[in-house]
Amino acid sequence: MSNTSAKDDKFSRAPVSQRPMVVPTQEGGIGGQVSVTIDSVDVKVPLGTTILDAARSIGIRIPTLCYHEDLCIAGVCRVCVVEVEGQRTLQAACAYPITAPTKVKTHTRKVRQARRHIIDLLLSNHYGECYTCSRNNNCELQSLAKEYGVDFFRFGHPTEPRFEIDDSSHSVIRDMNKCVLCRRCVRTCIDMQEVGVLEAVYRGADTRICTFQDKPLADVICINCGQCINRCPTGALRANDPTDDVWAAIDDPTKHVIIQTAPSPRAAIGECFGLEPGVPLTFEMNTALKLCGFDRVFDTNFTADLTIIEEGVELLLRLKKALVDKDPSISLPQFTSCSPGWVKYIEHFYPEYLPNLSSAKSPQQMFGAVIKTYYAQMHNIDPKDIVCVALMPCSAKKFECNRPEMTSSGFKDIDYGLTSRELAKMISEAGIDLPKLHKSPFDDPFGTATGSGVIFGATGGVMEAALRSVIEIVTGIRVEEIFEHADIIPVRGFEGVKYAELKIEKVGPVPDLLKGLFTDFNWLLGATLKVGICHGTANAKKVMEDIKAGGKFSQCHFIEFMACPGGCLGGGGQPIPTSPAIREARARAIYAEDSAYTVRKSHENPDIVKIYTEFFKEGPCSHLSHHLLHTHYTPRGKYIAE
Amino acid sequence: MKAKNASKLTFSTITPNAGLTAAADKSRSDIIGEISASKMKGRGGAGFPTGTKWNLAAAARGNQKYVVCNADEGEPGTFKDRVILLDHADLVFEGMTIAGKAIGSSIGIVYLRGEYTYLVPHLEAILARRREEKLLGKSIMGRNGFDFDIHLHMGSGAYVCGEETALIESLEGHRGEPRNRPPYPVDTGYMGEPTIVNNVETFAWAACIMSKGADWFKAIGTDKSTGLKLFSVSGDCAYPGVYEFPMGITVRKLLESVGAADAKAVQIGGASGHCIPAPEFDRTIAYEDIATGGSIIVFGQGRDMLQIARNFMEFFVEESCGQCTPCRDGNVKLLEGIEMLEMGECSMSYLRELESLGETMQLASKCGLGQSSPNAFLSIVKNFKEEIMGRLP
Amino acid sequence: MLVTERERLRDDIKAWSQTFGTERNALIPILQEVQKKYSNISQYAMQVIADVLDIHPVEVYSVVSFYSFLNDKPKGKYVIRLCQTISCDMQGKDRVARQLENDLGITFGETTPDGKFSLEFANCLGMCDQGPAMLINDQVYTHVTPEKVHDILENIRRTFGVFALETKEGHH
Repeated sequence: MSNTSAKDDKFSRAPVSQRPMVVPTQEGGIGGQVSVTIDSVDVKVPLGTTILDAARSIGIRIPTLCYHEDLCIAGVCRVCVVEVEGQRTLQAACAYPITAPTKVKTHTRKVRQARRHIIDLLLSNHYGECYTCSRNNNCELQSLAKEYGVDFFRFGHPTEPRFEIDDSSHSVIRDMNKCVLCRRCVRTCIDMQEVGVLEAVYRGADTRICTFQDKPLADVICINCGQCINRCPTGALRANDPTDDVWAAIDDPTKHVIIQTAPSPRAAIGECFGLEPGVPLTFEMNTALKLCGFDRVFDTNFTADLTIIEEGVELLLRLKKALVDKDPSISLPQFTSCSPGWVKYIEHFYPEYLPNLSSAKSPQQMFGAVIKTYYAQMHNIDPKDIVCVALMPCSAKKFECNRPEMTSSGFKDIDYGLTSRELAKMISEAGIDLPKLHKSPFDDPFGTATGSGVIFGATGGVMEAALRSVIEIVTGIRVEEIFEHADIIPVRGFEGVKYAELKIEKVGPVPDLLKGLFTDFNWLLGATLKVGICHGTANAKKVMEDIKAGGKFSQCHFIEFMACPGGCLGGGGQPIPTSPAIREARARAIYAEDSAYTVRKSHENPDIVKIYTEFFKEGPCSHLSHHLLHTHYTPRGKYIAE
Repeated sequence: MKAKNASKLTFSTITPNAGLTAAADKSRSDIIGEISASKMKGRGGAGFPTGTKWNLAAAARGNQKYVVCNADEGEPGTFKDRVILLDHADLVFEGMTIAGKAIGSSIGIVYLRGEYTYLVPHLEAILARRREEKLLGKSIMGRNGFDFDIHLHMGSGAYVCGEETALIESLEGHRGEPRNRPPYPVDTGYMGEPTIVNNVETFAWAACIMSKGADWFKAIGTDKSTGLKLFSVSGDCAYPGVYEFPMGITVRKLLESVGAADAKAVQIGGASGHCIPAPEFDRTIAYEDIATGGSIIVFGQGRDMLQIARNFMEFFVEESCGQCTPCRDGNVKLLEGIEMLEMGECSMSYLRELESLGETMQLASKCGLGQSSPNAFLSIVKNFKEEIMGRLP
Repeated sequence: MLVTERERLRDDIKAWSQTFGTERNALIPILQEVQKKYSNISQYAMQVIADVLDIHPVEVYSVVSFYSFLNDKPKGKYVIRLCQTISCDMQGKDRVARQLENDLGITFGETTPDGKFSLEFANCLGMCDQGPAMLINDQVYTHVTPEKVHDILENIRRTFGVFALETKEGHH
């Protein structure tokens, strides 16, 4: 499957050299099967299949390094070379399309010697010791060295670092001393995400991966999505890791340390403990967090529900102002704002559309603001003594929590953002065997969450959650009567760009929560609600260009944007490796968790109802909620200062 | 035979535009048939049969095919293309126009290396004149539908762009990094369209073949390496310059002609070619023995072969595109090995390891540059071990 | 950079994009024009070009850094490129190199303080039969000797502001 633009030739910006060969399909005229013999095993494969794919289909392993399932073909590391009968030189299995009957040998003397040399050459430029590396035991170069029995550094090994480590970014740290020039990050950044921060510069022995003019990552147009980290085979790219600070806060008896956990890490953290992808460990993880020493463990889903209310009401207000008041200053479609990678992307690339971005903070930031106000008052704790940690699948969340505008309580809403990988490390460090733990519930007062919050983790999830609530609020009809089991299937799935419509054929009375804002919904009667969903910034770009050109997405009312392929479950803080199959498994875990909830709609969450009666008394999108739960954005533009 | 008296090159004896006139009334398949019959192989050095290349491009489906002249002459010791473009540019453009007709292309591009920028006014003037004479542009020689024009595209200083897929990448505005093959340029070349990339000299000979016939060309040279070939001769010889010899000439005969009979060794094929020591001077220069794009660098008796190897390896360390591991890192290791040899610090077992690394580079590199970059090192190590081992620093 | 200079650069790039188009294959011709007129391709120029061609600035930087004849840092008005490849090397390029350094008071890779001359090595210039050879901008000089270096530099110093010689082959 291809859920990103990487293999989508028509839109690919990758150089032709890095695109897969296009072989006409049977419908196109040619096509059909071709026979290939790999190490004396005969197999028939579709014309144009690469040697690598053909070998995998019959269980023959050919080692790879620059190859990644999500990315276009590069054929540069040469680790996958094989002997092809009739060819003078060895051929890269990942890049060689079979178009005629072919005989291949995958482990002859020449092949083994070449692979061994190539691994030795890569090691001769790879500075660093495995035991001090964030990718120790999860490094593709290390695995290759083991697999090919590297017993000494035949061509030497660097003893001094050659490059300064770039730790300017809150999210991504670049250590080019460990770079093996596979260019997966380049293909991720330019081709898959279309952000364009990293490229190969200079040539020959001077070749290296670089930002524009070698500027620190913090000064360029990096959106902090961290997708490059997930695809780096070594430790050259890693997240900015605050675990030491988090441990210090836990160790400090004067601090009340709270952790909120997002839905995606639960569906993936098991991968760090040797489990198959798609095994959720939500409640085991709660136990582990308590064992680690966190004072309270809350569920981000609570503020996901709060976000749905704030963002949903904001949408209704925008619609009313546009449709009823005919206010020309209202920007539609409204864009979601919970993906911090997407927020920075639009700030850089489409700043003129910032008014379309919902002013609602992301669930992470809303949680922090609520903790340091409502919760602090409720429990009579000085907010300065509260340390808010957020467990996220995301590297951009680290940047988000350090945004200067995210301090409306008078304190940083969130003090530290942890990724799934970093929490796994903390849990291991505490000597805890996560999969074997008993289950614990979330702590109150925010212990109740809904299925709507859970599905925030998958692409289309925010839209589905919003629709579940908006439909019920506006029409008064239960969603289950329109969509079986309240599963809004049209907005689900890994298709890059999705579009859906829903006609509003009945309106109901205005619920109590919104009585201050609306007198009735009659103005929506007969209207067709149009929504769009996309994930991966390359797809976001397609949607934005469509809007600019006045296409169908410009007629939408609400569009969900997620910076990462697959949504948060494919985030830059998630366990490594990643692949389409792994992300699908995580999505299955998330939707399974959703269907297990009894309350599956945000507005039905009793804790949400309670916070609006006790704290945000003026209701959603009111003065106080605007102060604490909404934010503003910075038009950054794409020009980089000299 | 000296280049400075260029009238002695066959190119000077060809009636201008006779080949084009002949081609103008021939069918596409007849033109390709004539080129194929001549059995000419590409004059850039790789030795792919020109007729076959044109035939593949002619058969390929595309909206706009391209004829590209590879004038990115960067191989150390090669300068024949400069001389051809200076003295016989008309013949090159004529050959490109014939190729345009043969494969069904209306656009020709000359990829001229940046170092030859001073040739631009000269070449532009000839192109302008040919347009005026109706030898370029719409309805060439009054033939309806025979449209072809040529423009220049300047390189910007990168040896690797002489590799045809790197050249195409460069034309498209990218780094000159060779592509994965297949697909080949004759199917998917410039802008994804069928493209032929031929050397300057190849186009000039193609025009000669159309003028004098395939039989004339085929009668010269050997069975597998037909025709005449231009050689750029430099180094320790009495008469450096551009020479024309039939294919299949022995190294010895060539050296005698250029005043270098007592040479210690000769580098044939430039930095990416092979270093031939005196005992092998009876070998022939032909695709079946020593293939070359025409670079001949003579090394006199007093030359230090290790220093020569060093110069070549420094060249490749700089000029590798840096994309694939064997070439990017392998060349550095070979250069470091030479430095160890210079210091007398290289063990025999490490030298053998480097030779085996060289073999890996020849086999596993992505393109011709990496595959040929260890040649000079390997042939010098093989033939001059006595000279290079056990040195005192 | 002054605003007016930036405007001029932006206008020039826009004009060149009219000539060469706004597709990716216009990139190198535009870079060559910028280089020719401004002697280097500044950060700002790269970003404007990226904008015009709808590519990323880092891609432009990547291309600029790949090619020897494109440079992002300012260089001298006259860029001297001495061939360092084998034939010129065997014909005495080291002594010519030494004399160039002596006469200009800089080492290879540097630019004179007055911004007139930059000194660098180049790989094979295709003048192997007439080495040592060097390029000064687009102009080729052959059979260069340590003694001739002085005359060539003096000639250029005298005619500063215009090209020293017609752009023909230097060895005629």
